[in-house]
Amino acid sequence: MTSTAGSAGPTDGTTRRPSEPGAAPRPGGSAVIRRFTLAERLVHRTTSWLMLLCVATAAFLYVPQLAELVGRRYLVVTVHEWSGILLPVPFLAGLVSHAFRRDLGRINRFAPYDREWLRAVRRRWNWAGARPAGKFNAGQKIYASWLAGATVLMIFTGLLMWFTGLLPLVSRTSATFIHDWLALTVGIVLAGHIGMAFKDPGARRGMRTGSVERGWARREHSEWEDETAAEERREARRRSD
Amino acid sequence: MFNRDVSEREDGRGNEREGGQGDGGRWDGRGPAIGRRVLLGTLAVGAGGLAAAPYLQGGLEKFLGAASQVDPTGIVNTLPNGGGFRFYNVAASVPTKTAATYRLKIDGLVEHPRSYTLADLEALPQTRTDLDVQCVTGWRVPKVPFQGVKVSDLLDAAGVKAEGRALRFTCFDGTYSESLTLTQARRNDVLVALRMQGKPIGKDHGGPVRLYVAPMYFYKSAKWLSGISVTDKVEPGYWEEYGYDVDGWVGRSNGRDDAPTV
Repeated sequence: MTSTAGSAGPTDGTTRRPSEPGAAPRPGGSAVIRRFTLAERLVHRTTSWLMLLCVATAAFLYVPQLAELVGRRYLVVTVHEWSGILLPVPFLAGLVSHAFRRDLGRINRFAPYDREWLRAVRRRWNWAGARPAGKFNAGQKIYASWLAGATVLMIFTGLLMWFTGLLPLVSRTSATFIHDWLALTVGIVLAGHIGMAFKDPGARRGMRTGSVERGWARREHSEWEDETAAEERREARRRSD
Repeated sequence: MFNRDVSEREDGRGNEREGGQGDGGRWDGRGPAIGRRVLLGTLAVGAGGLAAAPYLQGGLEKFLGAASQVDPTGIVNTLPNGGGFRFYNVAASVPTKTAATYRLKIDGLVEHPRSYTLADLEALPQTRTDLDVQCVTGWRVPKVPFQGVKVSDLLDAAGVKAEGRALRFTCFDGTYSESLTLTQARRNDVLVALRMQGKPIGKDHGGPVRLYVAPMYFYKSAKWLSGISVTDKVEPGYWEEYGYDVDGWVGRSNGRDDAPTV
């Protein structure tokens, strides 16, 4: 830990601005680092708008007070059906992006520190460094994987309600039952996702602009650099094999 | 292979945190694909739920029904199907009609077209039913008392002309419509309903006056009834234009096999 002459107090080396007079470029580069490419942000942006439309129309179909407010059931149903059915499209389109596929791989794989992260959350440990995470923390990994499965289920049961008789084995009543209760669960989980983004301007900045402050990254995703280094080593080994 | 990597890493953990570039930084194995397992697990639970739904649903609804009786907060009624009925409205907004403003018009192929006020309808002989309500989307509410005037009484009073074959029902929401054949409409359990569950029908449930067609799916029981017109053929109603069956018998239409309500 070094302090810069003339500054009010000791500066955290990881958050030094490049514009700071006399600040030598640290190994590791500038104060901001790239988190998401434009393609990834577009996938997130379109998915979130579709999801919002889907959840809002669901509320207007389902909550009696809201249903009374807007009526127009046929229109609301149509918007709900199409926003739901289109939900996987941004994801599928995103698969052409290398960065997106690579992040999916990161979300899929659990490292030992993810278990540490989960343990820290379970025991409510939140001192600095208690919750190590790669580019995505264990919570984000489980959230994304669960929501992917839940979305498939919602579309499947939704289609069974839309086209009755698609699968004679499953009655529309059963499909509605799963669709309703899973919708409630998805709503709660989404509220958690949005709430957590609301509390973390650094994370929001990453999704909005594509880059994050290095200090934020080291604080919230302490293993991200190691994760990237390991990936590079793995790739180098694959090339040399 | 993975397990060995884990233990190596966890052993050296404390030191590498201090140094930042400890041995753990060299770990480059790929962890297990937990994400995929979570996704597939979610799908499996969903598929299981779908298969078990007929059994789960009955128990859950009974439980929620009982819970809603003792729940002062009303939260239970906001849960899926906790309250039984669901509100469906196809129009943008529905005007409120009171005893002073409500009218039911009988016209079309009849000898004596006329208009009834709420008081006129209340003065006619009343019929009571106490049967299940079954919606085509799946929900069913057991034993819902309805009370009102038989449609056949109103038809007799109006005098249906010889060429009359069917009825067209219109609603003061300005959008919804329904249809029945004359034979269907003359059943004893087809009512112009004024009371539901022992109370005057509230606006949400289609009040002050709605149609009640006991043997058919509930979309046939048009809410906010304002007109009955005798026609020479069946003119499909609102949902029927979107593919619902015109003859909406419970258990024998719309590709469903629910237990009949009558």
